[in-house]
Amino acid sequence: MTKITKTDFERTVKRNTRILGVATFAWVLSMAFAAFGPEYLWQSRWLSFFAILANALFGVGMIVANMKHISALDELQQRIQLTAMGISLGVAVVFGLSLSLLETTGALPIKAEIAHIVVLISFTYMGTLIVANKRYG
Amino acid sequence: MKNRLKVLRAERDWTQADLAEKLEVSRQTINAIEKGKFDPSLPLAFKAARLFGLTIEDIFDDEQ
Repeated sequence: MTKITKTDFERTVKRNTRILGVATFAWVLSMAFAAFGPEYLWQSRWLSFFAILANALFGVGMIVANMKHISALDELQQRIQLTAMGISLGVAVVFGLSLSLLETTGALPIKAEIAHIVVLISFTYMGTLIVANKRYG
Repeated sequence: MKNRLKVLRAERDWTQADLAEKLEVSRQTINAIEKGKFDPSLPLAFKAARLFGLTIEDIFDDEQ
């Protein structure tokens, strides 16, 4: 049986992925803190302001971690990421505007929210990654 | 694009992981190139050629 060992390249990618995971978790946590803090923890507008500012800063950290993660990938992995991002962006623009039109024209009794687009982007991105990885796997 | 990467690797008794390590790419990329699912960039093709001591044309064949 062939022993499978991780290469230096794979170890670097794994470390960057872990850092990206931690940065994303910190951003999501700070988002929850900023969203629910005013309701359950404080009644100060200043504290809300600082919580939102902290959330934005964690967001910047997540973006930087993502840039480092992608730049450390090899050319095939970058292509897979680019494909997933491109399709996600297209789906977000097309169906985001469709959702908005449905609301503004009253064609359907729905209330379009940014969260719907975020969920749509997430599922499209993950789905495309799975399909692309399977294609090149 | 056809290539002789698998043969050249086997001649040296290297695994895909060994070649991936030497070319600083993932095993997935080596596998995709060997199966003809992915064409490497020119810098990666040159790197492979240098590694095997051959020319790019000796490794990669543009004929479909």
